Amino acid sequence: MQAFEYASPRSLQEAIRLLPAQWGPTDVLAGGTDLVSAMKDGISTPQRLVNIKQIAELHRMTFSPRAGLHIGATVTLRELLDDGAVQQHYPGLIQAAEAARSEQLLNMGTVGGELLQRPRCWYYRNGYGLLALRDGKSLVPEGENQYHAILGNAGPAYFVSPSFLAPILIALGATVQLHGPRGARSLPVQKLFVTPTRVGQREHDLAPNEILTEIRVPYRPGVRTAVYEIREKEALDWPLAMAAVALRQEGGVLRDPRVVLGQVAPVPWPSPEAERTLTGKKPSEDLADAAGRAAVAQATPLSKNGYKVQLARIAVKRAILSAVQQGG
Amino acid sequence: MRKKRKLKSEAGALTRRDFLKGAGVTVSGGLLATGAVTTAQAAAQEGVVGPGPVPITLRINGRVHRLSLEPRITLLDALRDHLNITGSKKVCDRATCGACTMLMDKKPVYACTVLAIEAEGHDITTIESLTENGRLSPVMEAFWKNDAQQCGFCTPGFVMACTAFLEKNPNPTLEQIEKGLGGNLCRCGTYAGIRRAVLEAAKAMKGGQANG
Repeated sequence: MQAFEYASPRSLQEAIRLLPAQWGPTDVLAGGTDLVSAMKDGISTPQRLVNIKQIAELHRMTFSPRAGLHIGATVTLRELLDDGAVQQHYPGLIQAAEAARSEQLLNMGTVGGELLQRPRCWYYRNGYGLLALRDGKSLVPEGENQYHAILGNAGPAYFVSPSFLAPILIALGATVQLHGPRGARSLPVQKLFVTPTRVGQREHDLAPNEILTEIRVPYRPGVRTAVYEIREKEALDWPLAMAAVALRQEGGVLRDPRVVLGQVAPVPWPSPEAERTLTGKKPSEDLADAAGRAAVAQATPLSKNGYKVQLARIAVKRAILSAVQQGG
Repeated sequence: MRKKRKLKSEAGALTRRDFLKGAGVTVSGGLLATGAVTTAQAAAQEGVVGPGPVPITLRINGRVHRLSLEPRITLLDALRDHLNITGSKKVCDRATCGACTMLMDKKPVYACTVLAIEAEGHDITTIESLTENGRLSPVMEAFWKNDAQQCGFCTPGFVMACTAFLEKNPNPTLEQIEKGLGGNLCRCGTYAGIRRAVLEAAKAMKGGQANG
């Protein structure tokens, strides 16, 4: 690992002052579970690291029915899982956070870092950049693409968004707060994720001198949620496909369904097709199946990842069935 | 012949660990010299330290250690290479396998991915703390009795993860064990023995409490 300067400021303003206006020379350190490994591999080579774990205001979590759930960026996944209000009012978030599977990662990893972790694409992890380019051409379409995108993959980006919290946060209508030198801005979680179209562009709408400070999740009583994920092995790994669902039942029919897929596209992938299939209908296994089919109808699998279409379809179907059965 | 024998005995006196340690000292000595200038410059900026060595205080198994380390040194390397506390193993070095598991404020973490400088002010507990006067802890004893290790490289990390797990889940189900220990890998595949060991240790620890 390349040597670096280190700072551990106590205030957000101080932390922002330590960040430059361009990517590269400085990285923000939270749980470090992704960044430190990337630094050992030379994927990130910062000359300065700014640890934000000593900033008290980033480590708060509050809940009220009016304001909803506010999760400070450095709240760990374990703290999220152990929180009484989250357990009571946001079972979908609990399901998603449990996907980390490793107690060590739950203790170290933060909610903000989970959203901002870099893709697992092995071309990216081996130094070919986010767009996996060699001589100006992506290595993915004719390469080892079994874990790459099946949706939103017209190129040049083919990696999948690795966050397992993002789909349920989007389904619940959550927003993130970002702080930079010119103050704060708020973004729907969906808008935090972008598909890069050129070299040097990141997969997050976050400026190099901005810090993700808080995630806000509205409180929506009566909304049923579920997350269903499919993975190769039970232990620590990223899912092959996942689906998050939030919906209400009114007079025996489904209202305001939100269906968001994860691990299938360069960004978390909402499916208006599946949502249209569900709206106003009586829940049944056939309906859930039809929604699953609708969610992957536009899929364009690559040479080795056709199997992910089937997995995504089933994840959507089972997430819907599970949400319907779960109750309030 | 005589010359050859002498060489052999010299090599024998030097253990593999001594050799690695010697090599490590030479390398870090070189960095120390160049790093010192940068530290002095950086001190002018608000709260920025490094990249050269900076004073770091670590509390490990109840003992305070004062070190001078570059910010890039991980907690695992600080213990293994600078303090000769080598029970925790370095295997994947990428926050995946769990061989380096230590407890930080009683919670298991991957020490390969915690910077030593971040660990300041926290209580670090390692496998070395579990034996008292040569007596194995209940988890260690259960590992031994249930053949829960083969090559042994993952064992210290597994024992620490199991110890913290049982602290939180004194009456674990098999499903909880599998979930709770998902952050540790055993390439020899001794999982069946480890599951038995955790169940037995849980029983032993409850017995101990009732008697004590």
